[in-house]
Amino acid sequence: MAHEHKLAIFRGTLKFKSNTQKIWGVLIFLSIVTTVEVALGITKPEILTGNTLIGMKLLNWIFIILTLVKAYYIAWDFMHLRDEKSSLRRAIVWTPIFLVSYLIFILLFEADYIYNVFKDGYLQWNF
Amino acid sequence: MDTTISTGAEEESVWGGGNRPLGASYGKLMMWFFIVSDALTFSGFLASYGFSRFKFIETWPIADEVFTHVPFIHGNFPMYYVAFMTFILIMSSVTMVLAVDAGHRMMKNKVILYMFLTIIGGAIFVGSQAWEWATFIKGDYGALETKGGRILQFVQADTGQRAALADFAQVIPSERETLQRNDGVWFSSESSLPSYSLEEVKQGFLSNPNILIRTETLNAEGEKTLLTREESLAKIKDATLVVEGANLIRNEYGSRLFADFFFFITGFHGFHVFSGVVINVIIFFNIILGTYERRGHYEMVEKVGLYWHFVDLVWVFVFTFFYLV
Repeated sequence: MAHEHKLAIFRGTLKFKSNTQKIWGVLIFLSIVTTVEVALGITKPEILTGNTLIGMKLLNWIFIILTLVKAYYIAWDFMHLRDEKSSLRRAIVWTPIFLVSYLIFILLFEADYIYNVFKDGYLQWNF
Repeated sequence: MDTTISTGAEEESVWGGGNRPLGASYGKLMMWFFIVSDALTFSGFLASYGFSRFKFIETWPIADEVFTHVPFIHGNFPMYYVAFMTFILIMSSVTMVLAVDAGHRMMKNKVILYMFLTIIGGAIFVGSQAWEWATFIKGDYGALETKGGRILQFVQADTGQRAALADFAQVIPSERETLQRNDGVWFSSESSLPSYSLEEVKQGFLSNPNILIRTETLNAEGEKTLLTREESLAKIKDATLVVEGANLIRNEYGSRLFADFFFFITGFHGFHVFSGVVINVIIFFNIILGTYERRGHYEMVEKVGLYWHFVDLVWVFVFTFFYLV
């Protein structure tokens, strides 16, 4: 049975000879990303914790972006979405992304509002 | 489409059934639908974690200070063990893809080997998580809880290290014992008492000027606020309870919601890993029995593989939002 795999990652800059090689390549990439995350989490560089972007520390932005990068490669290469039809891929990927973004937006805004009520309202909870 | 294995007759009639617009078999599609809905469940949990965290953004516990242990080694090692667990899970994901890949090439023995390694990886992960839970429940230093349900922790003034209750609490002889079911009123009992009573901790604190109190509130540098000795002496009057370890009701590390979400989210994920291991074992024996060899394709391995990778994918997010951010 012939099975074709798309063997290039990083938009074609890195090509592998066989599927097995690609798997090991992706593993190395994911391990590097995890190591970077843990190293940053332990050292917590001043420059990244001190500065914020849209109300969140730069360090946390880096963590979240690296997580999404990892998620992308797990889904695309381990769950081989890369080899599926684009219609299937889009149905699977965009549905949760849309719903989850909406949920996060709503909940975090609401939480921030409650935080301000606790902080500025005539209400004491930290005693 | 390229990796899909044909499992039935290909028919071209559009309305007669049998054709596959998405190029995936029924079973695989259903697995994907399950994964999407499960992903939404996990997202709901993590988003509600974010909600509670943003609500108490100034007092949320710092994960680095909570998860500092590594089995068999003493000392303060934040993150290392969780990083190891992450790596184990990614590794078992890799052996799973290798099993799927070997299945495509109909190499039964390789599939068996890789499935075996995957199961081992999953078992190590579940075991690690059980250990992590046990450590979290047992607790580290112990703390006091105030009337408002906030946590007061102790720090040694000279070294800046955390102080355990055992380091300074005075032992006052008392008769107070845990109420068992066979004592006193029939069928009433209580959970085990903390190692030190509130009075013992208070007395020890008053007689030891080296001990300061740390509150839950985060300061501008993102660290817990350390009170001066005078402030500490005033603060300890608010204490009502001794808390050791964490459970669903009390949590010595800080906000109770942190412990609740920890148990709920990692527990739900751990349950997924556990059921994944069970399914993998079933498939493993099916492979050994030659079921898929006779069926002519190893699509079943691919389907459990999808589930297994999904479990790994969820862990990547749990790792970030619970331990890193």
